[in-house]
Amino acid sequence: MDFQSISFTDVSRHFGRRRVLNKITFTCTAGEIVALVGANGAGKSTLLGIAATLLTPSSGRVQYGDAVSGSDAALRARIGVLGHDLFIYPELSAAENLAFFARAYGIRDVERVVQSALERAGLDERDDPAGRFSRGMRQRLALERALLHEPRLVLLDEPFTGLDDAATAALRGRLFDLRGAGCIVLVATHDLETIDGVADHAALLRGGRLVPIDDGPGSLRERYRRANRES
Amino acid sequence: MSPERRPSFVQTVWLVTRKDLLIEFRSREVVYTTLFFAVACVLVFAFGFVREGIAVDDAAAGILWIAIAFSGTLALGRTFERERQNDTLRALMLAPMDRPALYVGKLVGVLLLLAAVEAIVTPLVALMFGAPLFAHPVLIGLLLAAGTVGFAAVGTLFAAMLVRARSRDVLLPILLYPITIPVIIAGVRGTAALLQADADLPIARMWLSMLVFFDIVFVTLALWTFEPAMTE
Repeated sequence: MDFQSISFTDVSRHFGRRRVLNKITFTCTAGEIVALVGANGAGKSTLLGIAATLLTPSSGRVQYGDAVSGSDAALRARIGVLGHDLFIYPELSAAENLAFFARAYGIRDVERVVQSALERAGLDERDDPAGRFSRGMRQRLALERALLHEPRLVLLDEPFTGLDDAATAALRGRLFDLRGAGCIVLVATHDLETIDGVADHAALLRGGRLVPIDDGPGSLRERYRRANRES
Repeated sequence: MSPERRPSFVQTVWLVTRKDLLIEFRSREVVYTTLFFAVACVLVFAFGFVREGIAVDDAAAGILWIAIAFSGTLALGRTFERERQNDTLRALMLAPMDRPALYVGKLVGVLLLLAAVEAIVTPLVALMFGAPLFAHPVLIGLLLAAGTVGFAAVGTLFAAMLVRARSRDVLLPILLYPITIPVIIAGVRGTAALLQADADLPIARMWLSMLVFFDIVFVTLALWTFEPAMTE
């Protein structure tokens, strides 16, 4: 299956009596990068979890093109997630981690795909367990793991964490490539300066509600402050 | 875009089991701690239940299954703790694999670890308690296999469900033991029937049939409930 957009319609999510998301409605289309910003606990990761099909909304609907959210394998095969936890096995090497997930996603040419992912992550010389890597190296490995199967929908939760300047620049370049390849990219981040100029649109999550940040002039931080004041 | 084909049920089971075994081969953490615990358990009970070289009646059968159940709980907890540390269980749930196959892959990994523990603990119990555990090797092997499958089938499901629970280490035995009591009782009684001076083979076979019945029920229920139980 494939899709060209993801739409959230009145999506709410409660954890017990706590309402984390309240009637979220928005649409992202292929070739767009959308930044989700907001304070800790604002619900950014929950929203990404719902988009990833890992969480079900308490109410509302998520549509992937014409398909309504479910947990079917064909849909999951088109989604790539870089979580706050990195989804990598510390006992396995970078190549073993990537090969495992490549097989899990049914990729045929595993060796070639893994080798190019290792080169992009700058880890092709490392054959020691991933648990010995620095946070930045593990972050790069986790990003390659998330993009290994060339997903349509890319969900990135704090992707710039632990990256040095060079790796941050490389990730920004990678985001531009993903946009060029027609991916729908949702990025949850606190790093407004880094995502500024990369994201096509940004939205603020506050009190469980989604407040669009205008695409007008000024830096993302200025527009974020304005949206924060007005919401 | 790379051509993709979803892995089949068997491929998924093999992939997950092989990954678990590779990680265990690297760390040897679960097998060593589980084995150490099981051996310590047998040795401590041997000092309590063996007097002048003669063991209390049926003690060997009980101790063997207690050692398997306790060390099995330890193995289940540690196996899923690894999936929790980097939230890799979520990554597995996200992959386009059959989720019941994912469960079976984890189950097979736990079974192989427990088989390794039983391969050491069973002769140790035979030695320490002077129990003729190898007089009927096929029947004792089948009882151990069937009992371990029943115990691990429920344990794997619960350990996966509890992976994000804060008090998972306490909750796992609390949930697991009441449900697997019939399996442990059947294992103990079947083994005890084989250890009598005049082995009662029909009774041992009856308990074996009971274990196979439990296995069918538990594995079926676990396959049926794994996916909904894992979805938040």
